Amino acid sequence: MSEMKIVSGNFAAAYGAKLSRVEVVAAYPITPQTEVVEKIAELVAEGEMDSEYIKVESEHSAMAACIAASNAGARAYTASSAHGLALMHELLIWASGARLPVVMTNINRAMGPPWSVWADHHDTLAQKGTGQLQFFCESNQEVLDSVIMAYKICEDEDIMLPAMVVEDAFILSHTKEPVEIYDQELVDEFLPSYDPDYKLDVDQPLGFGSLGMPDWYMDFRYKIAEAFEKAPDKIMEVNKEFEEVFGRDPGGLIEEYKTDGVDVLIVTMGSISSTSKDVIDELREEGHNVGLARLRTFRPFPVEEFRKLTKGVNVVGVMDRSYTFGHGGDAAREIKDALYGHRDVILKDYIVGLGGRDLTPKILKNVMLDAISLQDKGLDREIEWVDLRINQERWRR
Amino acid sequence: MSEEEVFRIVIDPKDHRDLPRAVITDCPSHLMTKTGSWRTLRPIVDLEECIKCGICWKFCPDVSIEVKEEGAVVDYDYCKGCGICAKECPVDAIEMKKEADYV
Ligand code: SF4
Ligand code: SF4
Repeated sequence: MSEMKIVSGNFAAAYGAKLSRVEVVAAYPITPQTEVVEKIAELVAEGEMDSEYIKVESEHSAMAACIAASNAGARAYTASSAHGLALMHELLIWASGARLPVVMTNINRAMGPPWSVWADHHDTLAQKGTGQLQFFCESNQEVLDSVIMAYKICEDEDIMLPAMVVEDAFILSHTKEPVEIYDQELVDEFLPSYDPDYKLDVDQPLGFGSLGMPDWYMDFRYKIAEAFEKAPDKIMEVNKEFEEVFGRDPGGLIEEYKTDGVDVLIVTMGSISSTSKDVIDELREEGHNVGLARLRTFRPFPVEEFRKLTKGVNVVGVMDRSYTFGHGGDAAREIKDALYGHRDVILKDYIVGLGGRDLTPKILKNVMLDAISLQDKGLDREIEWVDLRINQERWRR
Repeated sequence: MSEEEVFRIVIDPKDHRDLPRAVITDCPSHLMTKTGSWRTLRPIVDLEECIKCGICWKFCPDVSIEVKEEGAVVDYDYCKGCGICAKECPVDAIEMKKEADYV
């Protein structure tokens, strides 16, 4: 029987791995991810989870071990955060190039310096070009659901790519919420065991990750691009199947919240989405025609969906909890890319909550009111850093 | 394993549609790619001079030297011509010559 438990986002990730019958776990601890691997270690030690738990000396080795395990035909899992994820960078690219469906949980944490352990999306988004699918979660339940879903999507023969299921530091990782821990049989029905066609086998030796000369390299890379092109449909297909089996919609590519016929569309990612939805309700009651799109899947980027969603919209206000220097907020920039040549719309990028700076309903409401005001006054600036100490009075009043 | 057995997973691929999803081969990639073709200098061992000490074998970064009965023998399929062996040989038995003169 499925049971409700009050668990943190970290434990939800661990239970997601357990329910997915992960066979190999290799991880290195880092705040705020430590509890994920601690919990898994406990589950393995107590015989509740039948996995090989490999202790490694770094995150680089953690992903390397997962890659080898996946090559050997095992379902592999790891978890990390911020600097640990950055250290994994090389292997994240290897996992996608080798087409291995390793799933990891990353706890979104700010990169130093200044040294920080708090919520910020830059660590994950700095890896957006590594060939990983990226799912941004809003709740602890979604963390558990997304780990299970990610294996199903990634192990599909048309996809065969690694994925990152990500959740915000502390706001989810250390906050407890009721989470439905599904019946194992139900999960088994949804997620069959992993059995790739080619795997490491001493009786039938194969070469993996060999040299690709200039006359073939590009063609192998194109195959990855093709898999990414197929990924949006696959994600929606698995999302639907998940809903049928578990009675819950984890959010697909973009979760739409009261977006029908809106004049102003607000875009959020991760944990601020919940607070933002309350603010949307308040603004709608006050007569503003505003709705929210929660960008759940950052890779593949839902280009088509944004084009559809912005039809008839006057203003798109994007809240980015990350900033790429010399470029801008990651989501805003990519949405602009998607809309280029398709929509003539005002788009403003709000840089918010870096390094865990608190995002109160008041601040979020002021951001949305600013976006609403652009309908009359037009775009004042492309990028606005919200709640900097120099402009705090404006956003907190 | 012979060259003919290379890519047995896929026989004679023409474009990406014929390839496996990743670079997976049924033998090591060195059978497909003779990296010795990248060489511009060729080590020539003077077997009269060679004392079979094995230092070149130890230093060769491409594992392309074997010390045999007759002395150090270079595998020109994979030797990239870096010249380390010539530099390290204690009796100067290896000379680096222009590859162009041999092809
Ligand atoms: S030239 Fe370099 S690669 Fe060639 S045999 Fe000597 S050490 Fe090895
Ligand atoms: S280092 Fe010189 S002497 Fe020693 S085995 Fe090699 S070629 Fe011969």
